[in-house]
Amino acid sequence: MNKIGLIIRREYMTRVRKKSFIIMTILGPVLMAALFIVPVWLAMNEEDEANILVIDDSFLFNERMTDTDKIHFHFPSDRIGLDSAKRQMIASENFDAVLYIHEKIMTSTAGIQLVYDKQPGINVIRYIENTLENDIEKWKLAKSGIDQATIEAAKTSVSLVTTKLDEVGSESKSNTELSMVIGMFSGILIYMFIFLYGVQVMRGVIEEKTSRIIEVIISSVKPFELMMGKIIGIALVGLTQFLLWTILSATLISGSKALVEQHFATEDPTTSIEQAMSTAQTLAPESEEAVAAELNQAAIEDIFANIEMINFPLILFSFLFYFLGGYLIYSALFAAVGSAVDNEADTQQFMLPITIPIIFSFVMAQVVINNPESPMSFWLSMIPFTSPIIMMVRIPFGVPAWELALSMLLLVIGFVATTWLAGRIYRTGILMYGKKISYKELWKWLRYH
Amino acid sequence: MSEPIFRAENVSKAYAGHVAIENISVTVPEGSIFGLLGPNGAGKTTFIRIINQITGPDTGTLWFNNEKLDQKHLQYIGYLPEERGLYKKMKVGEQALYLCQLKGLSKKDALQRLKYWFEKFEIQSWWNKRVEELSKGMAQKVQFIVTILHQPKLLILDEPFSGFDPINTNLIKSEILELKKNGTTIIFSTHNMGSVEELCDHIALINNAKVILDGEVSEVRNRFRTNTFDIDFKGSLMELSSSLGTYGELIERTSDQEKLGATVRLVNGATTNQLLGNMMRSVEVTGFTEVIPSMNDIFIEAVERYNRENLAV
Repeated sequence: MNKIGLIIRREYMTRVRKKSFIIMTILGPVLMAALFIVPVWLAMNEEDEANILVIDDSFLFNERMTDTDKIHFHFPSDRIGLDSAKRQMIASENFDAVLYIHEKIMTSTAGIQLVYDKQPGINVIRYIENTLENDIEKWKLAKSGIDQATIEAAKTSVSLVTTKLDEVGSESKSNTELSMVIGMFSGILIYMFIFLYGVQVMRGVIEEKTSRIIEVIISSVKPFELMMGKIIGIALVGLTQFLLWTILSATLISGSKALVEQHFATEDPTTSIEQAMSTAQTLAPESEEAVAAELNQAAIEDIFANIEMINFPLILFSFLFYFLGGYLIYSALFAAVGSAVDNEADTQQFMLPITIPIIFSFVMAQVVINNPESPMSFWLSMIPFTSPIIMMVRIPFGVPAWELALSMLLLVIGFVATTWLAGRIYRTGILMYGKKISYKELWKWLRYH
Repeated sequence: MSEPIFRAENVSKAYAGHVAIENISVTVPEGSIFGLLGPNGAGKTTFIRIINQITGPDTGTLWFNNEKLDQKHLQYIGYLPEERGLYKKMKVGEQALYLCQLKGLSKKDALQRLKYWFEKFEIQSWWNKRVEELSKGMAQKVQFIVTILHQPKLLILDEPFSGFDPINTNLIKSEILELKKNGTTIIFSTHNMGSVEELCDHIALINNAKVILDGEVSEVRNRFRTNTFDIDFKGSLMELSSSLGTYGELIERTSDQEKLGATVRLVNGATTNQLLGNMMRSVEVTGFTEVIPSMNDIFIEAVERYNRENLAV
């Protein structure tokens, strides 16, 4: 086995066998899922019960405001004024707030008040506002002679079928939302990968330097071989982890999907997911429910059609390319930083110029995603330091082949150049001890022969 | 003198304006132990790193076995740096295997030889321990084994005894002599002048980036002879000192209850016989030995003389 192979093997094996790697590999997908589920779950459970006493001087809403699971409306049996309602709220534990609706509500919505002794959540306020708005709108429409059925019939939903027409004239349908999700997701993954594993490269270099084993090793192999061996070894660790995560997530998702379907099946065999989705329209008459279900069916088929339209082999290939390219270009810099310092605490000053382009591309990704074909998007997807994240965001929207090829070529050139520069800093830095290194010093190292 | 295994010709290296070594030329004969001496910061480590091709020289040429020194020679060179270290979290055996394979040994050979050495040093039980569990001296033992395992033709040891207790120092010392007997050439850098006298055949003394003294140890010591003699005698010191006349001068006297002693240096080109003849007339001379300077004295003398002559403004 040649020497660089030995180094790669050591870097890979020592990391893959670590307990922390095994734990992270198992916990990763669970944590990722938790990242999405927990906030939603918390938001659902955090919501407090709200008991609202309604003083309705307009007599329009009496008993007409529908309660939810958490929000309850109470209408006093006797007519009481606002002041006595307030006193009642403070005196009794039963009410959290008083909603006051004045009699001129149909002409002016100003002056509707909510007085509380316990701050109601934003959801409570929004729900009250929506209910009032909807009801008032309906009455106003009814007053001008439009009945409920007409309103329902007039409700329309438009979802554009966007089609990209390229120079050759062939059409390809695209789905902007799906492209956004795919683009953003791969961008985030690359961003995380660069940081997680780039820092590991840096730590590895510092470890070799502080343990002083470095001098023994570079009396057997060239410093550049050691640096590349480390970078490649850790890249393989990252790919392994990514692969395991994918497999685990897929198992987890298909497992939970099966569980959900089973759950629905036992609970009510007639309830399909489509029908569950249309419960929001339960107010609609029977016949329309069927129509709605059909529409949903069509929408789901549309989504699947869109998924099929996305060029997955291309996305997967580019993802792997930019995943590795982005990591390689930055990890060389991380290695150079590690070599220039004596311990991790000293890395701060050199980390900044490295982290800024990564964070910048991550921030810009959110701009690019809204306008994937702008000149700025183009240039950011060409510069090797931003292209791994930005190009990945653009690809699901469709990128001309020459742009992709140019960006990839530039990334390879950028990688070679960065690694060459980093290697020069590295081979001097690893033998420097007890010296506070400045940028001026690094510049000198670059010029040593 | 046997064929040189390693030769440096006018090797210089500067770091950003600071001259680390300047015009260093040394020749290391095959099968010898070559002492590389010098004060701290003289440039020894830089020179050693150049031999190991960790850094390259600015100018000058290096030869290994009459070939220009090249990356391919690294497998014939073993290096034990002064600042030693191993991967702390890695297991001893695994790590030793890795380092030996990096030097070009096959896994099978490396395992076989490691087994031999671990048995010889009676440290088989360390094989599956992590390095961080070992004491400093234990780790150094492992590192010594790793350094010599690929049977290098040229072995560079930088302060090999630091961190060892006297028993282990002796163990390593005898291993070094054993290696020499088997034909290994050793470049030995140290500040311990006692071990230089004990082990080295040749020395080069580097001071302020230059070689200021080199040659065979016996020859160097001869060069530093100062015609000084230790004399044991019976009689009175007064008589002895007056008997010296113009032939010698008294430098020091050492007297205890039983015998009298003095250190005398020959002056004015006198011979030992002239001095002895004079002395014997006054006192009974019971002992007469030439004072051969120790490496320690030579080191201090050479460095101080150089600094006086070259650094004084």
